[in-house]
Amino acid sequence: MKKFAYIDATSVDTVPSLLGRRFGQAQVLAGGTDLVGELKEYIATPDRVVNLKSIPGLDYIRQEDDGLKIGPLTTLADIETSTLINDQYSVLQQAVSAIASPQIRNVGTIAGNICQRPRCWYYRSEDFDCLKNGGDTCYSVRGVNRYHAIIGGGPCYIVHPSDSAVALMSLNASVKIQGPRGPREEMLDDFFVLPELNIMRENGLRANEFVTEIIVPASKPNTKGIYVKVRERDAIDFAMASVAVTMTMSGNTCSEATVVLGGVAPVPWRVPDVEQFLQGKQITEDVASAAAEMALREADPMSDNSYKIEMTQNIVSQAILDLA
Amino acid sequence: MQIKMKKVKIVTRRRGETTETWIDVPDTGEEGWGDVAGMKYVGQRHQRIDAVEKVTGRAKYTYDMKLPGMLYGKILRSAYPRARVVRIDASKAAALPGVKAIILPDDEGAADLLRRECRYAGQEVAAVAATTLEIAEDAMNLIEVQYTELPFVVHADKALESGAAQVQDDRPNGSEPRVNEQGDINVGFAESEVTVEAGYKTEVHTHVSLETHGSIAHWENGKLTVWASTQAISATQGGLSQFFGIPNSDVRVIKDHMGGGFGSKLGPRPEYAVAALLARKAGVPVKLMLTRKEEHITTGNRPDSFQNVKIGAKKNGKLVAYRRENFGTGGIAGRASIPGQPYLYEVPNFRVEQTDVYTHGGPQTALRAPGHPQAAFAMESVMDELAAALDMDPMAVRQMNDPDETRRNMVTLGAERFGWDKRRATPGPATGIQRGMGMGAGVWGGGGGRTKAEGVIHPDGSVEIRCGTQDVGVGTKTVIAQIAAEEFGLTLDDIIVKIGDTNYPPSGGSGGSTTCASVSPAVKNTVQMARLKLFDTFASSTFGVSPHDLEAKDGKVYVKSDPSKSMTWQQAAAQLGDEPLVVQGQWVPGLSSSGVPAVQFIEVEVNTATGVVKVVRVVAVNTSGLIMNPLLWESQVNGGVLMGIGYGLYEERIMDPRAGYMVNPNLEAYRVMGAMEIPEIEVVAYNQPERGVIGIGEPPFIPTAPAIANAVYNACGARVRAIPITPDKVLAALAERREG
Ligand SMILES: Cc1cc2nc3c(=O)[nH]c(=O)nc-3n(C[C@H](O)[C@H](O)[C@H](O)COP(=O)(O)OP(=O)(O)OC[C@H]3O[C@@H](n4cnc5c(N)ncnc54)[C@H](O)[C@@H]3O)c2cc1C
Repeated sequence: MKKFAYIDATSVDTVPSLLGRRFGQAQVLAGGTDLVGELKEYIATPDRVVNLKSIPGLDYIRQEDDGLKIGPLTTLADIETSTLINDQYSVLQQAVSAIASPQIRNVGTIAGNICQRPRCWYYRSEDFDCLKNGGDTCYSVRGVNRYHAIIGGGPCYIVHPSDSAVALMSLNASVKIQGPRGPREEMLDDFFVLPELNIMRENGLRANEFVTEIIVPASKPNTKGIYVKVRERDAIDFAMASVAVTMTMSGNTCSEATVVLGGVAPVPWRVPDVEQFLQGKQITEDVASAAAEMALREADPMSDNSYKIEMTQNIVSQAILDLA
Repeated sequence: MQIKMKKVKIVTRRRGETTETWIDVPDTGEEGWGDVAGMKYVGQRHQRIDAVEKVTGRAKYTYDMKLPGMLYGKILRSAYPRARVVRIDASKAAALPGVKAIILPDDEGAADLLRRECRYAGQEVAAVAATTLEIAEDAMNLIEVQYTELPFVVHADKALESGAAQVQDDRPNGSEPRVNEQGDINVGFAESEVTVEAGYKTEVHTHVSLETHGSIAHWENGKLTVWASTQAISATQGGLSQFFGIPNSDVRVIKDHMGGGFGSKLGPRPEYAVAALLARKAGVPVKLMLTRKEEHITTGNRPDSFQNVKIGAKKNGKLVAYRRENFGTGGIAGRASIPGQPYLYEVPNFRVEQTDVYTHGGPQTALRAPGHPQAAFAMESVMDELAAALDMDPMAVRQMNDPDETRRNMVTLGAERFGWDKRRATPGPATGIQRGMGMGAGVWGGGGGRTKAEGVIHPDGSVEIRCGTQDVGVGTKTVIAQIAAEEFGLTLDDIIVKIGDTNYPPSGGSGGSTTCASVSPAVKNTVQMARLKLFDTFASSTFGVSPHDLEAKDGKVYVKSDPSKSMTWQQAAAQLGDEPLVVQGQWVPGLSSSGVPAVQFIEVEVNTATGVVKVVRVVAVNTSGLIMNPLLWESQVNGGVLMGIGYGLYEERIMDPRAGYMVNPNLEAYRVMGAMEIPEIEVVAYNQPERGVIGIGEPPFIPTAPAIANAVYNACGARVRAIPITPDKVLAALAERREG
């Protein structure tokens, strides 16, 4: 671990100036379950670590008129067990309870989960000077890419690691962001960025910005959601593939749907074509498998990860059928 | 002295030479362990004597220890799989406040430890000691090393290709094949009515001991004391005394509690010597514990295996011919051989050809049943495939060809407990979630010898047993206390067990499932003699009988034929006057044996949509002759099964072929099983107390992986010929099945 200054932030407003304008100089600390690992492995080498937990009042779940408001420091365990998060948001609870282990959920926060860095084993190792670490090679391309992206990759092929982000995107959530000139709000759809746009980051936060709230709009009546995650182990494993689906049903016809894939792309991967395709359809096995095929149409696997196509198709159709 | 003695013969084999010695042992008229069923401690379920200490955190491991003024050591390791160090500059590191010692390859005594020629990523290059671990790490990173990178190869199959980088200067990457044959396989295959030919693959597997390797080294007046997390205090003592050129007597190795070793902590480890070198240079104790990453890349592994197998049988299932060509890599240590016959079964004609391959990877070392799980995976898989081709029950095919009666009985017993008769006769469909059943078997040696022990009875009645063995976490201490408590008629709490120190009478390393079968007879012999010697001091004068006519039970010593004539244990010990009774004993024959089969039946659930396999239920049948403590024994079986599930479903070292590094040297992507993966495990003992003590550490690990693979096939028709059976492989095998 490189030496750094540790600063307890005291208010939301002061954080941007503590962070400063250059990426890499400073980093916010929430639960630390991700950041501490990066620090120990010399993947993150900031000069300053800005602690958010010293700011009062950032840990809450509130139901307001325009939806659910979740404070950035709310732990995953609190989301998992909150009774405020009712049926319409159950996809979030399903996703959160599939994250890591109870111990990590007790400490890890929701904003930290959305902003966590990728788990790509080349990126995470000090042995590899990969593109994302400022080097000039993506080792996954000719290396071992069993867990890498099959959609949206290039020149870097990470998959986005967050389960909660996939569920939140399916709920059309947005994030409130604090910057030097005050707050702004952004849909999660726009928050995440592909490596072709910015190889060093997975989202559009500027160096001196941070997430101060997650906003989940109320969904239409008769809407249900499901999160399906494939992992080798149930005790602590990131998604090999996952999917969040929400559907608003009238009878057995789907009037509206959202479909977001996880574990297959460098960002939570929303598939608008599929959402449109499902609209107005009676959900049958044929419709579900057509949707599943469509969802992976753009897939372009590497040497070791073509299995993800079939795996993801299978869980997409399973999720759709389960909701109908 | 009125103690009746008899002579027994001890046969020892060393480097092919057999020596016989005759020793005197007490003649109690009893053979072996006697009637264990009526005993209070031996053969009974007892909680570990150090259980409370462990679960409350009071037990101190090497990792927990601190000595006054102690420094922390770190090893700088080769950043490349193959490289020559052309320049090292440690001046910046040396200038860092808090740095107290640095050693480089050219320093005195460092030549065998630190390398200028690096043959795998992770090989030791330099070492530092500093006042804190953080400073040591910073200092390590400040050492500037200039390498010349050289061509390398990290995969066994690639290393055999022509033009591959050569690992050892004096020999090719692939060894001359070792051939073992019997009969004539050409004749055998010509006679075969059904043949199956297939390739099987197992991956490099690392130990993942909970406590990493490491030690604390402390020099005082030229004498070295080392606290090490080791499975072999004696070998560590010998290795360090040789390394430093000092007498054995000047090196003391101590190990109290440890967090596992599984074979990787059997010898004098290089990092112990590095710590001792640093400590000598700094003049204060140095603690050097490895990280999880170092653990994965440098402290050993189980070699992988590529096995091409062909097997032929008559229509009735009788095996006629078997051929296997296999190779694998133990990294820079080469050696990757597995048992050189058709594993477990009798085949009149066979030919086995094995090749060891060198690669630029960390050296292999013993890992729970070296060679056997690889052999079992291929053999038990091909037997299953053969049974399918014969349209026979795979259990029937095994039973017909298995020459070992004990294993056949164990199979019958296990099948009944498991409900093998409910197994589907043909694989389930390749859709939905399917369950299936499979079985696997194995064999292991074990056995004991070469152990001395010392019993001390103090005049106040307190009792000590000393033995230079070590408890690697399995309960050795408890077993020693059980034997002594039984013999002396005391309770477990009354026995002070002192082990894990080279100042005690010597024993061997704790490997190969030999500890219990080595230590138990030695302790039994010692306490038996101690008891008789104690009795001898007063038997005739107080009771007018021979010491053999007395018995110790429930804290009392009494005359067997007239229990009203008695005294308390304390009164008996007081007869010693003011001098404790010290008795040395040793391992004696007749109380232990070796050679045990193992059998497992496993039910799995396969999600054919995702390829994820879950083990649902395991019935593990093992035998250990006399089971000293069923509670401890069962926990070894549970542990073996769990590790076997890890080997079968999750664990593998993954090397990047282009960079030559392990990409998963952690516990995130090197998956060991977690709490959610633990199935229902039924541990079944096949009792053979008449055989005496046999170890249990290794056997229960061997059959698991093939039993899982066979169950996966039975569930959904996916034949996965490579472990770990990860979802991608299951999906591929399912696709293969659908395509026919
Ligand atoms: C063993 C293990 C297994 C895991 N498995 C899973 C899994 O299956 N699924 C899954 O989704 N996750 C998984 N995780 C990730 C885990 O959920 C995250 O580490 C956790 O949610 C991060 O929260 P934290 O509060 O600890 O964040 P920290 O570690 O404090 O921060 C994480 C990152 O986010 C940044 N950050 C934190 N808060 C903010 C904010 N408010 N605004 C902007 N940036 C911020 C930090 O600077 C840092 O870069 C796993 C982690 C571990 C260690």
